Amino acid sequence: MSTTTSTTSPSGAEGPGRSRGKAPAGERVADWADGRLGIYSLAKANMRKIFPDHWSFMLGEVCLYSFIIIILTGVYLTLFFHPSMNEVVYHGSYVPMQGQLMSEAYKSTLDISFDVRGGLLIRQLHHWAALIFVAGMFVHMMRVFFTGAFRKPREVNWLFGFLLLVLGMFTGFTGYSLPDDLLSGTGIRFTQGAVLSVPIVGTYLSMFIFGGEFPGDDFIARFYSIHILLLPGIMLGLVVAHLILVFYHKHTQFAGPGKTNKNVVGMPLLPVYMAKAGGFFFLVFGVLAIVSAVATINPIWNIGPYRPDMVSTGAQPDWYMGFSEGLVRVMPGWEINFWGHTLVLGVFIPLTVFGLVLVSIAVYPFIESWVTGDKREHHILDRPRNAPTRTAFGVAWITLYFISLIGGGNDLWATHFDLSINAITWFVRIGFFVGPVVAFIVTKRICLGLQRRDRDKVLHGRESGIIKRLPHGEFIEVHEPLSQEQLHTLTAHEQYQPAEIGPLVDENGVERKVKPLEKLRVKLSKGYYGEESQIPKPTVEEYKEITSGHGHH
Amino acid sequence: MKKLSARRRHPLAALVVLLLALACTGGLYAVLAPASKAQADETAQSLTIEEGKKLYAVGCASCHGTGGQGTSDGPSLVGVGAAAVDFQVATGRMPAATSQAAQLPKKKAVYTQAEIDQLAAYIASLGAGPAVPTEEQYGPEGADIAKGGELFRNNCAQCHNFTGKGGALTHGKYAPDLEGVAPKHIYQAMLTGPQNMPSFPDGSLSEQNKKDIIAYVKTVNGEETVSPGGLSLGGLGPVSEGLFAWIFGLGGMIAVAVWVAARTAKARKS
Amino acid sequence: MSTQETPEEKLPAGQDTAHGAVRVADEKNPFADPGLPPHEPRIQDIDERAAKRSERTVALLFTLSMLATVGFIASFVTIPVDKSVYIFPIGHINALNFALGMTLGIALFTIGAGAVHWARTLMSDQETADERHPVAASPEVREKVMEDFRQGAKESVIGRRKLIRNTMFGALALVPLSGVVLLRDLGPLPGTKLRHTAWQKGKLLVNMNTNEPMRPSDIIVGSLTFAQPEGLDPHEHGYMNEIAKAALMLVRIQPENIKDKRELEWSHEGIVAYSKICTHVGCPISLYEQQTHHALCPCHQSTFDLSDGARVIFGPAGHALPQLRIGVNDEGYLEALGDFEEPVGPSFWERG
Repeated sequence: MSTTTSTTSPSGAEGPGRSRGKAPAGERVADWADGRLGIYSLAKANMRKIFPDHWSFMLGEVCLYSFIIIILTGVYLTLFFHPSMNEVVYHGSYVPMQGQLMSEAYKSTLDISFDVRGGLLIRQLHHWAALIFVAGMFVHMMRVFFTGAFRKPREVNWLFGFLLLVLGMFTGFTGYSLPDDLLSGTGIRFTQGAVLSVPIVGTYLSMFIFGGEFPGDDFIARFYSIHILLLPGIMLGLVVAHLILVFYHKHTQFAGPGKTNKNVVGMPLLPVYMAKAGGFFFLVFGVLAIVSAVATINPIWNIGPYRPDMVSTGAQPDWYMGFSEGLVRVMPGWEINFWGHTLVLGVFIPLTVFGLVLVSIAVYPFIESWVTGDKREHHILDRPRNAPTRTAFGVAWITLYFISLIGGGNDLWATHFDLSINAITWFVRIGFFVGPVVAFIVTKRICLGLQRRDRDKVLHGRESGIIKRLPHGEFIEVHEPLSQEQLHTLTAHEQYQPAEIGPLVDENGVERKVKPLEKLRVKLSKGYYGEESQIPKPTVEEYKEITSGHGHH
Repeated sequence: MKKLSARRRHPLAALVVLLLALACTGGLYAVLAPASKAQADETAQSLTIEEGKKLYAVGCASCHGTGGQGTSDGPSLVGVGAAAVDFQVATGRMPAATSQAAQLPKKKAVYTQAEIDQLAAYIASLGAGPAVPTEEQYGPEGADIAKGGELFRNNCAQCHNFTGKGGALTHGKYAPDLEGVAPKHIYQAMLTGPQNMPSFPDGSLSEQNKKDIIAYVKTVNGEETVSPGGLSLGGLGPVSEGLFAWIFGLGGMIAVAVWVAARTAKARKS
Repeated sequence: MSTQETPEEKLPAGQDTAHGAVRVADEKNPFADPGLPPHEPRIQDIDERAAKRSERTVALLFTLSMLATVGFIASFVTIPVDKSVYIFPIGHINALNFALGMTLGIALFTIGAGAVHWARTLMSDQETADERHPVAASPEVREKVMEDFRQGAKESVIGRRKLIRNTMFGALALVPLSGVVLLRDLGPLPGTKLRHTAWQKGKLLVNMNTNEPMRPSDIIVGSLTFAQPEGLDPHEHGYMNEIAKAALMLVRIQPENIKDKRELEWSHEGIVAYSKICTHVGCPISLYEQQTHHALCPCHQSTFDLSDGARVIFGPAGHALPQLRIGVNDEGYLEALGDFEEPVGPSFWERG
C-alpha cells in the first residue's frame, strides 16, 4: 500500500504510454511496478475505498496489530530461545536459581529475562500482546455477533474469524508452555491427562505426542515448531483471507440517514484511514510497550523449573484457556469401568463440552439463516435490541463462558473474597445450567423494553424534561417530536414474520406430510419472531394518526 | 543480584568466607557458653513458669483446660512445645475469639514478648516439645537461597504459592501469605504445623533445609524484593494477568479507539 | 441445512431509501431516509489559526517520538542490565526494562497520536458513499461458467472413462496414508509403561529433602514428607519420567483414626504412603490438611481422605490415590514391599 501514496501527486496530467518516462521519480517507480504487478487496477478499486467510522469497528484492528506485534517480537525471541529439554545446571545472573537443575529451554528464558538487554521487555511485550490479541478477538467476535454482521454474505468470514480465535488459543497455549517452567509444565501435565482420557486411542495419542512417557524429552521442541511455524502460518493465511474478504464485501454500517443496504458511507482509505488505521497500529503498539514496561507477566524466575512431582497453588492457564479449566474443575469425578476398560468421563466430558461451547457459537449464523430463510445480503447492522432472541442467545453464551471462567479461578476467588472453594465450585456447577437460562430470559426482556421505548419515542417524541401545567391543572411533560433523521434511524430495522407450516394439502388435494425439521423450523421461527419476541415497529399510519390527532405532548 | 554472585567468585572470596566462618564459630561459642550457665539458674526458670501459669489461667484455660489437657473448645497443649506457643500467641492467632471459625487469622499480638516467653515456658513444662528456635537456626547466614527455592517448591508452594503469596484450602481454609512473617515464625510453623498445616520435623526437613527455605521466602517475598518486569500483580499468576490484560490492556485500546473514531468537534454555526 | 427458502414477499422490506442528495421530509412517509446530512465544517476548516494549532500539535507529537527514540537508545547504552530502581507506585523494578518500555511506548504512541490527530483535524472529513454491488454473479455469468465447466468436463472424458476416474480417486485416497504412516515413530506404543513405577520390593524410601533413607521415628503424626525410591538421581537422564510416576507422599495417622482396613494393613504403624500424583489429570497433589487428613489437589481441587483409603470426597478425580505397601527392613529403615498394585496418575482407557 505504501507505493500508492506517490501516485496521487497532481502532476500526472500527461497522456498515457510513452510520456510516463518524464514523470517524477515516485511515479516512475509506480509505473515500473504496475507494468509487472498491475498495481493500478488494484489501487483503483481500493485506494479511495470508503470505511465507516465507529469505535467498535476498530476491535478487529486491535487483533490485527497485536498479531503483527506478536510476530515481530516472536521472531526476536527465537534468536535467543533454545527449545531443548536437555538438563543443565544454571550459573547465570539470577541468584535464587544458582546451581539449580533445569532444562535448556528454561535456562534460555532466564537468560532472555536477565542477561539480554531489552530481552525482558520483548518477552513481556510478546506475552501481553498474546493475551490482548485473544481478548480482542473475543470482543471483536461479540461485536460481530450482536450486530448481526455475520449474516450473508459474511458467514465464511465469520468462520475464518472463529478459526483464528481457536488457533489463537492453541498458539497461546503452545507458546506459554515453551519456557518449561513449573506452571506451564503443570498445564502440559493436565493436557496429557486429558489426552489419556480419550476413549480407545488416548494412551497411544499421549505416547505419540510426548515421544513416550510423560514428560519425556521431546515436547518442547515439538511444541516449538507448532508454535512458531505451523499454527502462525495457518493463522497468517487466515488473517490475509479475512482481510481480503473485508475489503471485498466492504464494511457493514449502522442504519442512519443516507446509509442504505446498497452503499457504504464513510471516509476514504487514502488519506483518512491510512492515517487513522496506520496511526492506530502505533497506538496499540505504544500501549502494549507501556504495559510491558510497568507490569510483569509470567515471571518464570519466580515459578521455577518444571518438575513433574512439584506444583504450586494457583495453577491456572492463561485467561483464554481458563473456561476449559473451569469446566474441568467443576466436573464431578465420574468414571466407568467395564470389561477391563475405563471411561474417564470426569475428564472427557469437559473436554467435549469445551469443543461444543466453541462450536455452538461458530454455527449460530447458519442456524439463524435457516430459521429466517432469508437469502438476501445484509450490510446494515442490527442494533442488539432489535434482534432480541439472537442477543439473548449471545448473552447466555457469554454467561456460560464467564461462569466457567470463574470456575477456572475458584481458588483465587476463595482466598480473595473469603469464600469456600467448595461453595464456589457448587455455585459454578449450578450456575453453568441456570445462569445461561436466566441471562437469556432477562436479556430478552431488556431488549423488548428497549424496543418499546424506541416505539414510544417515534410515536410520541422525545421526553424533554420540561413540565407544563395545563389550564385545568393537569401536569404534563412536553414531548419534542424527533427529527426525520431520528425517525428514519429508529424505524430502519427489518422485522421478520414468524414462519408458518405451509398448506397441508397441495393444489391436487394430496395430503402433504410435514417433516419434523420443518416443524422445528416453524417453532424456532415463532420463538424468534412471534408476538412475545418482538415489539412491532411503528407504522406510518400509526404515526400519522397520533401526530394529527392531538398534537404533541 | 549479579553483584553478589560476581563477588562470590572474587579471589578474596575465600578469605572472606574464612573470616565469616571464624566469626560464626566465635559467635556460636559466645551464645552456647552462657547457655550452660543459665541452666544452673533454676530458680529464675521456675519463676518464669510460675508467671506463665498465672497468665495461662486467665487467658487460655477456659478453652484449653486448667492443666492444658484440652476441652471441646480447644486442643490439648501437652507436648506441643514452646515453639508452638510462641508462634500462635506472637502472631496473634491465640487467644482466639471463637473455636468455630474455619481458620484463625493472623492478627496483632495480645501479649508482650516477655509474657509470651512465660506462657511458652509454662506449656513446655507440661510435656516435652519443640523449643523456640534461635537466631542462628533461622537467620540468613549460611543459607543456600537456590536450594531453599527448590525445597520451597517441593514442600510449601502447593499451598502457599510459588513465592508464598498464599492459597486456598478446602471449605474456606487457606494457606496465608508469607510476606512480612518473621523468620522465627516461619521456622516455628514448619516445626510445629499450626492448625491444618502439616509439620516438617527435622527428620523430614533438616534444620539447614528450613534455613534455606526461610532465606528463599525472604528473598522473593519481602518488601525489598525486586520485581524486574514491573508490577507483580499480586504474584498470583495468569488470573491477575488476565484481568490486567482485559481491563488496562484491552480497555486502554478501546478508549483509544473511541477517540480515533469519534467525530471531530464541528465549528458552531452562529 | 435445509434448502428452505422464505419467499421474497414474506421477508420484511427495509425503509424507503434515498442516498446522496438531501431530501426534505416526505408528506407520505415521515420515516423516509432524508439522505446524507450536509457537511459541517470543523474549526480547522474555517479558522487558519486553529489549523495551525493542529499542525503544531501534530509536529510536537512527532518530535516527541524522535526524542523518545533517542531516549530508548541512550537507555540501552547507559543502563546496566541488572540495575534496579524504586519507582512509585510500582515498586522495585528493573531500570532498563522500565526505561526501554516507556521510551519505546512513548515513541510509538506519539506517532500514532500525531497521525490520528492529523487525520481528525486537518484531513478532509467529508463523508461520501460508495456503491455496493451484489457478491453473487449475474445469471448470465453464472450460465457461462456452468457451460464452460460442462464443456471442460466433457472434453476431459472423465464422465465416459469410468476406469480412469475410479483409479484416480483410489490413488488420491491412498497416497496420504504414507504421511500418516510416517507419524508412527513419534513415540513408542504404550505397552505396560503406565502400569509400572520405579518402586520394587525392598527399595528404600528416600526423603526428597535430605536425600536420606528414613526411620519410622522420622515421620510423626501431623507431618508431611515426600519420598522417592532409592537410586533415583535427578542428574540422570530419565529421572523426570520416573519421578512423574514414583513420587510418594508420607503421612502418619494414629492407627485408630484409620478407617480403611486395607490402608491400615499396608501402613507401617500408621505411616501411610500414597502416590503424590493425582488420579484426575496427574498434578502432584500434596495440600495435606493435617487435622482433617484431607489432601487437596491445587489444580482442580480433587480432595482425598487419606484416613479412609484416600477415597475421593470432592472434585473431579474418578478414583482413590494408589497406596504403596510399606514396611521396615532389618536396619530399621522404611522400605517398599512392592510396586503400586494399580497404575498411578490419570485414568486411561486400558486401565480397567
